Amino acid sequence: MTLVVGDEELLADRAVAAVVAAVREADSGAEVHDLAGGKVELGELTQLASPSLFEDRSVVVIRSAQDLSKDVIAEIVKYAAHPADDMFLVLAHPGGVKGKALVDGVKKAGASVVTVTRLTKPGERLDFIKAEVRAAGRTITQGAAQALLDAVGSDLRELAAACGQLAFDTADKSIDEAAVARYHRGRAEVTGFMIADLAVEGRLAESLEQLRWSLATGGPPVLIVSALAGGLRSLAKLSGAPRNLRGAQLAGQLGMPPWKVDRVRRQLNGWGPIGLSAAIQAVADADEQVKGGGTDPAYALERTIQVIVASRTGR
Amino acid sequence: MLKQAASAAAEVIAGGRGAGMTHAWLFTGPPGSGRSNAAKAFAASLLCPDQGCGHCGSCHQVDVGSHADLTWIRPEGLSYSAKQTRELVLKAAGAPTQGRWRIVLFEDADRATEAAANALLKAVEEPPPRTVWLLCAPAPDDMIITIRSRCRVITLVTPPTEAVANVLVTRDGVDPELAHFAARASMGHIGRAKRLALDQESRQRRAEVLAIPRSLSSVGDCITAAERLVKTSSDDADAATTALNEVESADLRRMYGEGSTGKGLNKGLVRGGAGALKELETMQRSRATRIKRDSLDLALLDLVSYYRDVLAVQFGAAVELASERADVEAVARASTPEVTLRRIDAIMKCRERLAANVNPQIAIEAMTISLR
Repeated sequence: MTLVVGDEELLADRAVAAVVAAVREADSGAEVHDLAGGKVELGELTQLASPSLFEDRSVVVIRSAQDLSKDVIAEIVKYAAHPADDMFLVLAHPGGVKGKALVDGVKKAGASVVTVTRLTKPGERLDFIKAEVRAAGRTITQGAAQALLDAVGSDLRELAAACGQLAFDTADKSIDEAAVARYHRGRAEVTGFMIADLAVEGRLAESLEQLRWSLATGGPPVLIVSALAGGLRSLAKLSGAPRNLRGAQLAGQLGMPPWKVDRVRRQLNGWGPIGLSAAIQAVADADEQVKGGGTDPAYALERTIQVIVASRTGR
Repeated sequence: MLKQAASAAAEVIAGGRGAGMTHAWLFTGPPGSGRSNAAKAFAASLLCPDQGCGHCGSCHQVDVGSHADLTWIRPEGLSYSAKQTRELVLKAAGAPTQGRWRIVLFEDADRATEAAANALLKAVEEPPPRTVWLLCAPAPDDMIITIRSRCRVITLVTPPTEAVANVLVTRDGVDPELAHFAARASMGHIGRAKRLALDQESRQRRAEVLAIPRSLSSVGDCITAAERLVKTSSDDADAATTALNEVESADLRRMYGEGSTGKGLNKGLVRGGAGALKELETMQRSRATRIKRDSLDLALLDLVSYYRDVLAVQFGAAVELASERADVEAVARASTPEVTLRRIDAIMKCRERLAANVNPQIAIEAMTISLR
């Protein structure tokens, strides 16, 4: 009996498939029942677990186990205490509070637990790419992995598919940046904050490029405007902060984390009150434009970024 | 004044100077001029057998809003939708149950969306014989022209400062000096004057808002002032809605079967419950946004009145000032009429932006920076 807990779909699917494959290997005639949590009826499991006439092994997979009804959960937990020899039960649960009784009950009964948590850090995703390529019998350079991550985005399923495709398409043992660049280009995910940081640092070309990527991949203009406003607001706040404050005290006063204070201080280079005023006015205009006051949000955003960069005159 | 309005209306019905009864009336006037009160008094006089005696059962029911023939619409959300209007039109089509008229009193009719106004148009154009529409809006221009042309417009004005102060002193027992201050500060808005006179916090709030222009010495100050204004407005909205929201949600859940006992019951919400809850939440959010906007708008209007005073002093106009003279004179000396006008423009622009759904913090920041 196996319990797969976690919200990373691809990894959960793989863990389930691994169990099924292991059973199949032991007994090629094993029957597989793939059930969706919300549709399992009371008594169905007991029926499946009852000994079959031909003594075949079977695997019962229950996906989205959080949707199981209370009664079925009770049935499964009861079954888990006395499992049948020839049936393997695999439960996939995304974690969280819903259907927690099942997780606790089955764990207590001694099921083997596989945890698949969502990858949140870019480093973890890079490791995933490398492992994926290694599994295909190849290696990938750090730069190439980063380029692939930038271009494909953070969805593991898409990353896995891209890795598989790359391993299939390239001939060399090691996959390098040139190979990635041949098939993948651009950026899948640009946040408003990246655009805003570039804009307030006066890097016009890069900022506009990122803006284009973001809009092309469906980034909502409203969020970009609010990131721009947030960036300028931080600058204005820091510029008006009392001179004698330092470190944590200053961070507390401004309501920002200390690392952000340091970055904003660097960004404040080249900004003066007149420029800041003009930039903030431009952002207010942009917000009005993207909310229906203008016809083209993309134009409004581009113009705003140009005004912001042009306002960075030191005055 | 309400008595005047009511008697004028009675005269009109009696076939006096006007041309008899009309099925649609539009009460207009600046905030505080008593639009809805005048409409209410009119409704009472229409429904009362004694033309608005003020103490019979019918008048009392109108006063508390429970009269069966009076439908009272007070839009709570950001706008009043076409769907709601169609339901309203249907309700208005019924015959009166007791009195001579079925009356629909639509407060803030300017909140109706354009589609809603068009849905209303047909009903106002060809109403059932006994139905009377009483619409209220700040100005005739706030209604679409096709509705306006089918209504008889009643224009109300705000009372002079003296009259407002007098009411505060005689009716609410306010200290004369405070009453004069409140009457001046509210620029004729009786309700606001009463709040200013009786509620220490409102006075405090106004003082804070009027301190903003003098506090804006750096860009950072502007941002901080904007942050505080927005925070106050969302606190207002929270205070007004949190408790109410909970009660409403609990009521709705109970209606959809939560907590009920018995065989086969108590299994959570019945079919349709989740959808209804979602609809309620959307309504609640819209109401909170409106309260937030109204609160900000109040602050902005206080600011406008302040700069109006500055302008008056700069031009040497002999008008009554809403703010403290010494204060205003200092600002007036330090700037020119052009600057003052530009500042007033910035405040008005900010109001427009808020109405156009611009993020309040961004809009207010842009405004405070222009005031610097």
